[in-house]
Amino acid sequence: MTVRRGLALVFLVALAAVPLVPMGGMHAYVLHVLIQILVWSFIGSAWSLMGRFGLVSLGHGAFLGLGAYTSTLLWNVYGITPWLGAVVAMALAGAFAVVVAYPVSRFRVVGHYFGLVTLAVGEVVRLLIIAERDWTGGSLGLTVRPAGDGSLLALQFADKRVFYYGVLALWLGGLWIWDRIDRSMVRSAMEAIGEDETAAASVGIHVTRFKVGITVLSAVLTALGGVAYAQYITYVNPDTLAGIGVSLRIVFAVVLGGMYSLLGPAVGTALTIALAEYLRIFFGLRLIGMAETIYGLLLMIFIIFLPAGIYGSLRDAVRRRHPRPVAAAA
Amino acid sequence: MIDPIFLLEAAINGILLGGVLALLALGLNLIFGVIDIVWIAYVDLVMLCMYAVYFLVTVHGWPLALAGLVSVGAGALLGLAVHLLVITPILGTPPVNQLLATGGLLFFLQSFATFLWSTDHKSVRLSLPSYEMAGIFLPATRLIPFAISILAMLGLYLFLTRTYMGTAIRAVSQDREAMSLMGASPQRVYLMTSAVGGAMAGLAATLLSMQYSVHPFFGAQFGPLTFMICVLGGLGNMVGAFVASFVMSEIISVGGVIMSTEMGYVIAFVVFIVMMFVRPAGILGARRE
Amino acid sequence: MLELRAVTAGYGQFTALWDVSLRVDAGEAVAVVGPNGAGKTTLMRVISGLVRPRAGDLVFEGVSLTGRPPHEIVAHGIAHVPEGRRLFPALTVAENLKMGAFLPAARRAFAASLERVFGLFPVLAERRTQRAGSLSGGEQQMLAVGRALMSQPRLILLDEPSMGLAPVMVLRLFDLIRRVREEGYTILVVEQNVRQVLKLVDRAYLLEVGRIKIEGRADALGDQDFVRKAYVGL
Repeated sequence: MTVRRGLALVFLVALAAVPLVPMGGMHAYVLHVLIQILVWSFIGSAWSLMGRFGLVSLGHGAFLGLGAYTSTLLWNVYGITPWLGAVVAMALAGAFAVVVAYPVSRFRVVGHYFGLVTLAVGEVVRLLIIAERDWTGGSLGLTVRPAGDGSLLALQFADKRVFYYGVLALWLGGLWIWDRIDRSMVRSAMEAIGEDETAAASVGIHVTRFKVGITVLSAVLTALGGVAYAQYITYVNPDTLAGIGVSLRIVFAVVLGGMYSLLGPAVGTALTIALAEYLRIFFGLRLIGMAETIYGLLLMIFIIFLPAGIYGSLRDAVRRRHPRPVAAAA
Repeated sequence: MIDPIFLLEAAINGILLGGVLALLALGLNLIFGVIDIVWIAYVDLVMLCMYAVYFLVTVHGWPLALAGLVSVGAGALLGLAVHLLVITPILGTPPVNQLLATGGLLFFLQSFATFLWSTDHKSVRLSLPSYEMAGIFLPATRLIPFAISILAMLGLYLFLTRTYMGTAIRAVSQDREAMSLMGASPQRVYLMTSAVGGAMAGLAATLLSMQYSVHPFFGAQFGPLTFMICVLGGLGNMVGAFVASFVMSEIISVGGVIMSTEMGYVIAFVVFIVMMFVRPAGILGARRE
Repeated sequence: MLELRAVTAGYGQFTALWDVSLRVDAGEAVAVVGPNGAGKTTLMRVISGLVRPRAGDLVFEGVSLTGRPPHEIVAHGIAHVPEGRRLFPALTVAENLKMGAFLPAARRAFAASLERVFGLFPVLAERRTQRAGSLSGGEQQMLAVGRALMSQPRLILLDEPSMGLAPVMVLRLFDLIRRVREEGYTILVVEQNVRQVLKLVDRAYLLEVGRIKIEGRADALGDQDFVRKAYVGL
């Protein structure tokens, strides 16, 4: 077993042991923060499946919202268990992804333009949710209908620890998928497409199929993350789950942590959520809006001074000290 | 059946709204065409200028026209500040970083405004007449902004075609490298463009203040619409943005009368998505490199 | 007038020029020829400032211009007519020429410069309100040269002026370049059309795989061997 594998295992065991460590009454809070970090890291990894290949989506809130609202509405209105609801949500998100990604890909919409189109689409979903307030609850949001004291069928649990292990498994699953893609032909094909679409096409790579495919995968996983989040928080709201705000936060976290590495999204998410929590606690109820202001300011400063993200900048710094032949990606 | 008078009124109101929307879309497109960066926080600059107008008119009692001039100047200065502080450091970095930098600016401006002025809606109360013409009511608060935006766009057109700097701005958007071979410092052209774009935001702010109240999340109200208009018209395409502004505003206005205000927006957005399926490059096509 | 000393330059990981030194004296016409991919265009871009050299010096009229941005280099008196012309396609002929005179000093002399350009290229005067993108290849090349002249340069860099032109046009073009030279401009031209360009210039360099391989007077180089090398390489 290599050093790296060993470390990974230790880390995993540590994560699994968190709920068992005595923490005085702080358990609930720590678990709460960790659950958020794990879910958003999962979503971040899903986003990075597109982002790392140059498909920078600023509208992932669309898939998130679609996922969360689908499973919540199916449960609230029809009593359909979120297990099934999640499948429906993922299918819907996938279908929506195909419908948007196909023409975008065929017409070679890339770069800034692509970002703006995705941003607009994300906003449309948010505004549609608000407009259809009769059944979506509009800006006030929707509460997930409680199922008593916790029920596996309803995917609601009184004990946070169950959620914790659930999202831990989810997050690990997401990492596994990321890793599989990283090692597969898909990665090489997408990187070729990213460098030169025409050249890739001339070598026989079906550009549209790959682009749409990776978009669908990303959308489906994001929707799943949305369902998980909705089930945990038991409340959905168009501003927290759709629209520019949440979409940008996802992208920020991933880019900050490092878009091209397995653990980049997790590192970035952990840092941004920890930062947000710290600011929230520090300012409490004083100076409303100041926490967010500093958050925004720090994000801007980060992106200007650490363009390769934390992981990328660290790696560059290490390379400068210890130059060595090109190694495989982490 | 809906009284055709109402439909006509809605159609006309749509045109009147479209004028101001076009100002926003053109400002965004101008900056993108020259600097090749999308200012996601553009409408939040408008928001800041609207606050300036509000405070000058309501608290200090200035006449709107004077406040408008200050707003235009403030907009230009904000444009320069944004370019110097946020844009210049990220020129040449990958698009995702650039989108995040202006996105971060959006967060920052919205929260800072919340911190300074709370989330209350603030509105400049004006008592201006409403004109009636053949049963259609046209308030001055809509007519004046429309007239001024048309004049402003004419001014922009003249600036871009008749002046040296304006022609240089058009040249840079066609071939940045070639322009530097003419002895034009790119930064100078960028600053000029940012100032003009910012000034347009400032003007739009004054005009919008006549009809809407300002609050920190005003950008969330008009931002997405502006982006959709730009994408619909083809990013970087000035004529396209102009046309798309009126298309969208018509749909919103007429749809709003036929069904509800909300549905008007919904229909406009659905049309946008359908257009994306059919021609994602926009009605007239995006500017290609 | 212009001196390159041991210039090394490239793009990213790739080095296009190695240790290149050359010299252009005032009033001269000098050519740089060589096979495709030799680095001729990179050489032009280094001189005009579009590419920063990694090593070496660029000295113009005694002033070091190494690493200066393009708009400053133009202000010192070097005009670059890029490969492929790079006109502003949606602007008119007149507007393109206006842009050429962007520099303050050039703007002051605008009327005189314009007259001179129209004198050299009367067809541009005829088509002054026509969109540059709609001109023929030859007319575009003339406009590109005219635009460069508007900045009141002392040295003109011409990158592959004959590219894409019909043979008849090429002859006319070189004639016009000769006339430009007679007006007193110093010229450095990069060309594929070796035979023609050798008739035009005083000296020539052969650039191959980023290095200067041969240098000499044009009349002495006009032999079969040199021409073959320029097209195919050593």
